[in-house]
Amino acid sequence: MSMRSVLRDSVPTTAARTTSATAADGPASRRPAIGIDVEDLDIYYGDVHAVRGITLAIQAQSVTSIIGPSGCGKSTFLRSLNRMHEVAPGARVEGTVRVDGRDLYAPGVDPVLVRREIGMVFQRPNPFPTMSIKDNVLAGVRLNGTRLKKDEADTIAERSLRGANLWDEVKDRLNRPGAGLSGGQQQRLCIARAIAVEPQVLLMDEPCSALDPISTSAIEDLIGQLKDEYTIVIVTHNMQQAARVSDETAFFNLAGVGEPGQLIESGPTTKIFSNPDNPSTEAYITGRFG
Amino acid sequence: MTDTSTPSPPRGAAEQGPAKRRLADRVFLGLSKGAALAIVAILAGVAIFLTAEGIPGITASPDEVKSGETFLAFVLPLVFGTLWSATLALVIALPLAVAVALFVTYYVPRRLGHTLGYVIDLLAAVPSVVFGLWGMRVLAGKLVGPYEWLEAHLGFLPFFAGPASATGRTILTAGIVLAVMIMPIITAIAREVFRQTPVLLEEAALALGATRWEMIRTVVLPHGRSGMIGGAMLGLGRALGETMAVAMVLSASGVVTFNLISSTNPSTIPANIALQFNEASGLTVNALIASGLVLFVITFAVNFAARAIVNRRKEFSGANA
Ligand SMILES: Nc1ncnc2c1ncn2[C@@H]1O[C@H](COP(=O)(O)OP(=O)(O)OP(=O)(O)O)[C@@H](O)[C@H]1O
Ligand SMILES: [Mg+2]
Repeated sequence: MSMRSVLRDSVPTTAARTTSATAADGPASRRPAIGIDVEDLDIYYGDVHAVRGITLAIQAQSVTSIIGPSGCGKSTFLRSLNRMHEVAPGARVEGTVRVDGRDLYAPGVDPVLVRREIGMVFQRPNPFPTMSIKDNVLAGVRLNGTRLKKDEADTIAERSLRGANLWDEVKDRLNRPGAGLSGGQQQRLCIARAIAVEPQVLLMDEPCSALDPISTSAIEDLIGQLKDEYTIVIVTHNMQQAARVSDETAFFNLAGVGEPGQLIESGPTTKIFSNPDNPSTEAYITGRFG
Repeated sequence: MTDTSTPSPPRGAAEQGPAKRRLADRVFLGLSKGAALAIVAILAGVAIFLTAEGIPGITASPDEVKSGETFLAFVLPLVFGTLWSATLALVIALPLAVAVALFVTYYVPRRLGHTLGYVIDLLAAVPSVVFGLWGMRVLAGKLVGPYEWLEAHLGFLPFFAGPASATGRTILTAGIVLAVMIMPIITAIAREVFRQTPVLLEEAALALGATRWEMIRTVVLPHGRSGMIGGAMLGLGRALGETMAVAMVLSASGVVTFNLISSTNPSTIPANIALQFNEASGLTVNALIASGLVLFVITFAVNFAARAIVNRRKEFSGANA
């Protein structure tokens, strides 16, 4: 399929990266972000077959949006990409997910390490309520057991908060609780927390659905900037948002009531939104659905 | 709910709900107010009784009471013993209880966890005499050996200075028995608060690449902090007031010492009351009641301290999240 070959062609080059200001002052200069190759993926919750037969190539350093009606398995699919799926009791997957050529589900792969490489932002902002803004940002970095020196911690916190477009709003109250921020600020704090550990991939599950239009637009701008450095997959119910922020779009749908969700079609966002191959894609996008 | 722009529904139906609910609200309000007032009244009654009956005991001269001491000299060793044994119990029980609660909540399959939790809850219902009997008959004897070992090897610490008790009925044994007694209740409460950790926060930690233990450290323990303190205080309250188990286990001689393993041990207020009350008469009774008043005050102070700890970092507690 076309996406697959696109991935091959665009296997990250370092050219784009040198322009990035944030990459330079990081302790470890960032590797180019990586793509994800999903092949014939089936996802289950115990006996419930939630998602069937997904084959999809997610390109490096681009934004891929996943759209589809409620219950079609978008979140489930997204969570299978960083092995968060298996947190649910009885959850399992069949098929392969390759990140940078390595099989995510191969025996011996530690899900903990996978999640450090592939960060996640949730639908509802979930900063750690017992931590200050700064500690929230550093939470993931500290998990690695590394003791941060004060100036190191300050550098990472500032870089991540700047990266999440939050620095100016919180720089005077870094030691205040993160839960005291507005919803939109909290969500950007969560993004800062996710990028503080310098993952390769950022998964976002409806990151704006609990936010007002202004916060939403702040986060959309942020996504546009982040794709220079990260591979981003975003689930959204907002068609305009998908059209605005993403380079590629994948449309999921239920095969029928009680059937598992499937990938109906995927491709460049412009194509999916202007000239989709599948009539149900067009119906969904134009709102003539169900 | 009802949108003002839509044609209004029949009025009767719309108004009955709220009116009825208001009545129920009032009844509930009345009941809860009554209950709250009753609690305050009972507490006040107890305090008044203790004070009225206790004051003669406090002011009594040494030759009027059985102990032959001033009240202060009589009660201070008991206060020490009470706090010391309860502290020992808490120091032993709290880490164990939290560990067991974490284990049951996060490390065993859900089903097994429920069963274990149920067993723990049952343990909390075992009467204290049973623990007292067990401590006196079984545990004390088994601890003689370890105590001798402690004296031989750690004797340089004041806690284990010895000479090791030949019966094993020491303050440490009492502390262990108390710990066993209060562990179930602390575990039950800790388990409850751990279970209420928001999944969203657990997932936030996991998604950052936290191991299970790191998730517990970053999310579960901070979230459960005030609950754990509450549980610890309940346990401490039970340990402070425990009568039978201590009275049965401890061979007390009213000294003040941090020595954990010798045969001369401090007694506790409730155990002392239980042991002395039957044979007491006159002002000795008042002195015992006054010691009860002291215990009452201690328990209150402990509760206030706990509340202060819980409130100290309230804005970080997540209550406003
Ligand atoms: N923990 C779970 N246990 C069992 N079934 C689940 C669980 N989570 C989701 N499912 C089922 O899996 C299917 C896909 O759910 P999923 O949450 O991935 O949908 P979604 O596309 O993200 O929907 P939405 O747009 O409403 O978020 C649904 O049928 C849902 O009922
Ligand atoms: Mg979802």
